[in-house]
Amino acid sequence: MATALLTLTLAACASTEASTDDGSAAGSGGEEVTLSLVAYSTPQAAYEKIIAAFQETEAGQDVKFEQSYGASGDQSRAVEAGLPADFVMFSLEPDMTRLVDAGMVDASWSSDENKGVITNSVVALVTRKGNPEGVQGWDDLTKKGVEVITPNPFSSGGARWNLMAGYGAQLEDGKSEADGEQYLADLLANVPVQDESARASLQTFSGGKGDVLISYENEAIFAQQNGEDLDYVVPDSTILIENPAAVTSTTKHPKEAKAFLDFVRGEEAQKIFAENGYRPVLDGADTAGQDFPEPAGLFTIADLGGWDEVLATFFDEENGVVTEIERNLGVSTEK
Amino acid sequence: MSLLPGATPAPPTAPRRRPLHGKGQAIGLGFVVLYLSVIVLIPLAAVVATSQENGLAGFWKAVTTPEASSTLKLTIGASFLVAVINCLMGTMIAWLLVRDRLPGRGFFDALIDLPFALPTIVAGLALLTVYGTDSPLGLDIAYSRLAVVVALLFVTLPFVVRTVQPVLLELDREMEQAAASLGAGPATIFFRIILPNILPAMAAGTALSFARAVSEFGSTVLISGNLPFKTQVASVHIFNQLENDNVAGAAAVATVLLVVALVMLVALDVLQRWGARRG
Repeated sequence: MATALLTLTLAACASTEASTDDGSAAGSGGEEVTLSLVAYSTPQAAYEKIIAAFQETEAGQDVKFEQSYGASGDQSRAVEAGLPADFVMFSLEPDMTRLVDAGMVDASWSSDENKGVITNSVVALVTRKGNPEGVQGWDDLTKKGVEVITPNPFSSGGARWNLMAGYGAQLEDGKSEADGEQYLADLLANVPVQDESARASLQTFSGGKGDVLISYENEAIFAQQNGEDLDYVVPDSTILIENPAAVTSTTKHPKEAKAFLDFVRGEEAQKIFAENGYRPVLDGADTAGQDFPEPAGLFTIADLGGWDEVLATFFDEENGVVTEIERNLGVSTEK
Repeated sequence: MSLLPGATPAPPTAPRRRPLHGKGQAIGLGFVVLYLSVIVLIPLAAVVATSQENGLAGFWKAVTTPEASSTLKLTIGASFLVAVINCLMGTMIAWLLVRDRLPGRGFFDALIDLPFALPTIVAGLALLTVYGTDSPLGLDIAYSRLAVVVALLFVTLPFVVRTVQPVLLELDREMEQAAASLGAGPATIFFRIILPNILPAMAAGTALSFARAVSEFGSTVLISGNLPFKTQVASVHIFNQLENDNVAGAAAVATVLLVVALVMLVALDVLQRWGARRG
């Protein structure tokens, strides 16, 4: 009896709450719109400023934001599984492609002049302050006794940028594909710890383990801005990290979401990104005094065949190149 | 359960089945079954069902890849070792807390529950700080199999202690005094009188600590270094499979862990009954 009464009361409360919500959302002109922003973890600080700046513009006056940040792959999977999102940003293209395949992002997301990318970065080599080991480039990482920290490429999609940067750098220097694969084998043999994510790797390195950390330039700048005693080197040949963003096709507020996307591509937002260590994609954008060196041998994932081919060749869990390397290493260390 | 030595046990009688009286008991049973189903049984059934997505062949393949089998070996081996250590150390700690007049006993008693209260990531971080590269004690064991065992020992500490402690508290001292008066030494008293009584509790606690160790993620992921084929545990492997959209493969390895935990629980239950019958 008591349980029945309790359930009825709860149901009544729930329905009145729901109706009040409906009332406030479907207002007349000048109504408040809430956009749901789902992004990967590192640009959080940048977005908080960008949202504040957007809300001061005419287009953003009545727009409120619900923000969600987390690992890129996890966020992408959450949106696919039903997490409501109006604006999404990920650290690499396959996480966006997943949503395109699920029908949640229109295939035209990458049809603008920057192919849907709103920030760039590069893979950099992070060292202790003053670079005591004298690390200048990729070849220093395969020397005997050097401990390299890089995340596990199978647990974190973003971690794959690091390995492809090392591989591609070999090709850029004129070596063959087989040499590139041998380089990856030598590199992975020098890795004592494989953390779950890039941030975890940064923690491990800051905690004292390892001589060099392979990371993204924006992570290194973030660490320095937070007082870590680190230096970083942008090698001559490295990969351009491209972070895509899009408005979902399932959004209930396409006008406001598009306005936000345009703002994010605009001068003010690009400058805020630069302040947080990201390279702006807008031509001629203010880099806020940051030093973004242009490596002579800069290449992109497209130069290596695009993500689909790279994932199939290198990271396939049965016969990917990196899978094979890990297995061989495992066998030799078990002996 | 406490038979005097020399007495013959009464012949076992078949338990009489009593019909459920009234709606109250039926509703109570129904509610409990519903609750268990929703919280435990249905999600576990979903895991097993997901592992069958690619059929039995797909299941076998997912479980026998070099990566999967090495992580399973490490996890089960380390958990077994940890369970055995806990069985001994947990009983010793429970004994000290109950029987010995330790100063600061209350403090240690509260300390035992700390691994329950801490989020496992925090536990991993704490262990890494003390036993990692910048260890203040000069002990650098991080990123090794030893680190995996230490992390598991930390999180499974309370299980055996907390199951054995109440049994020791309740234990009837008269039996021990009777034995002592008949000339039994401390060792005989322990092995013939005390141990059979606490064996069920020890078995239960050991089973729990094994099951807990097999599934541990937060602390091992930080301190083990996750080197494939060396220090990567099964839960991290499952996480990797999920990250690579291989849900069926992840569910397959998870099902293996479930089965192993179940086998261990059943084995310890059998051991406990055998011990009870012998005592």
